[in-house]
Amino acid sequence: MVWEVGSPLSIGAILFTVIIVAAMLIWVERRLLGLWQERLGPNRVGPFGLLQVVADMIKIFAKEDWVPPFADKFSFVLAPPIIMFVILMSFTVIPFAPGVGVIDSDVGVLFVLAMASLGAYSVMLGGLASNNKYALLGSLRAAAQMVSYEVFMGISLLGVVALTGSFNLRDIVIAQTDGWFIIPQFIGFLIFMIAGIAESHRLPFDIPEAEQEIVAGYHTEYSGMKFGMFFVGEYLGVLLISSLLVVLFFGGWLGPAFLPPIVWFVLKTSFFIAFFILLRAAIPRPRYDQLMTYGWLFLLPLSLLNLMITGAFVLWQEGGM
Amino acid sequence: MLRLIKDTLISQVVTLWRVFVHAFDKTDTVEYPDVQPQMAARWRGRIILSRDPDGEERCVACNLCAVACPVDCIALQKAEDDEGRWYPEFFRINFSRCIMCGFCEEACPTNAIQLTPDFEMAEYVRQDMVWEKEDLLINGTGKYHDYNFYRVAGKKIGGKDKGEARNEAPPVDVRSLLP
Repeated sequence: MVWEVGSPLSIGAILFTVIIVAAMLIWVERRLLGLWQERLGPNRVGPFGLLQVVADMIKIFAKEDWVPPFADKFSFVLAPPIIMFVILMSFTVIPFAPGVGVIDSDVGVLFVLAMASLGAYSVMLGGLASNNKYALLGSLRAAAQMVSYEVFMGISLLGVVALTGSFNLRDIVIAQTDGWFIIPQFIGFLIFMIAGIAESHRLPFDIPEAEQEIVAGYHTEYSGMKFGMFFVGEYLGVLLISSLLVVLFFGGWLGPAFLPPIVWFVLKTSFFIAFFILLRAAIPRPRYDQLMTYGWLFLLPLSLLNLMITGAFVLWQEGGM
Repeated sequence: MLRLIKDTLISQVVTLWRVFVHAFDKTDTVEYPDVQPQMAARWRGRIILSRDPDGEERCVACNLCAVACPVDCIALQKAEDDEGRWYPEFFRINFSRCIMCGFCEEACPTNAIQLTPDFEMAEYVRQDMVWEKEDLLINGTGKYHDYNFYRVAGKKIGGKDKGEARNEAPPVDVRSLLP
């Protein structure tokens, strides 16, 4: 079978689709933001402005690939591909539909978390190598934010893992046949979603790149395709968090049989992408210390509590108590 | 605790809902080159020189507009015809300097210089941005239809002596004691 899990053809198809979708999200986001802000958004290049992405790509590829003379060249060039790489790597364990995926890993959840942690290197290196005070501030904020939100991002997932008894994302989807985990793990879902937004530093948690405060944060000095990689990396992150939310809490590809599984997956993921964009349109950015306080003093205890209650429930069901 | 939940969750959800509802509202955007926007009548755009109801130039070359202009984009020279009317010999506005502030319109004692809702004034050659009197003059009265400066002003011109203007009493002989 050429289309089975892990065949070169399916790997290529998934890679291509993911990158194209992430690029198209730029257009989707601008149109949706326009819709919610009573504007139109880009609508002049091609039908519905669909070719806006192509125009942007041409522009960004044709730009001068400039490295500032005061920057640390090696890390400066290294930083943008890291974020693309780690997020694309995370997509390897996502089960898109039965028989569609790259690898069927038994430690899928851990792999995604590990890759998300590595993503912090990208923003840290990018900010440090730029040798610019705004970039440094941005990367400091990014490092602190990503490290602290990773903690309860992982803990909030453990409830799902405990209910399933497996780290395999495919098993987690199959375990939701009787009911999606959104119902027993609602608090886990909320915490994971908030942590996910913070991890992909999207608004309202785009504190590392807050334009109004620190120019563009860690990618202040970047231009051309290096900036493009950070930019697409951000949208890849949105796509990744949306698909993770669907896989972990909304039954992945599961759904009534009149649509094929992959369509259900795409529909649910699109819903979350639209929700992320709505968040950007609606919620103002918190202050930096508010973000940290909120994380450590509210979300962390809540996620621990959620984990304890889930654990006790699982033990009680198995007759251990 | 309840306060925290209210602040962090409920108010955010309400905000999300209110923004989402905007999806069903009409967009404010006017797709300009395809659709002409409706400009307000008092929009400060291209500057014109109007004429009085008799078809004569309203401008009396008093230079007040040039003085009021913060960017010094107006240049003019006074001249006088045989009837005694003042008029500008030349009247030049450099629109590449003009900031459409409307101070000239406020300064004008004869309502001659007026700003119009037209704003499409792009040119390829910089020199084309300098407009002469022939370019600025229009055939109509602009915003004020019945105002004619020389009809209400006390200045003597051909065909109208002192005291013959509207609401003007004949001149008093100050050397006479008779009522």
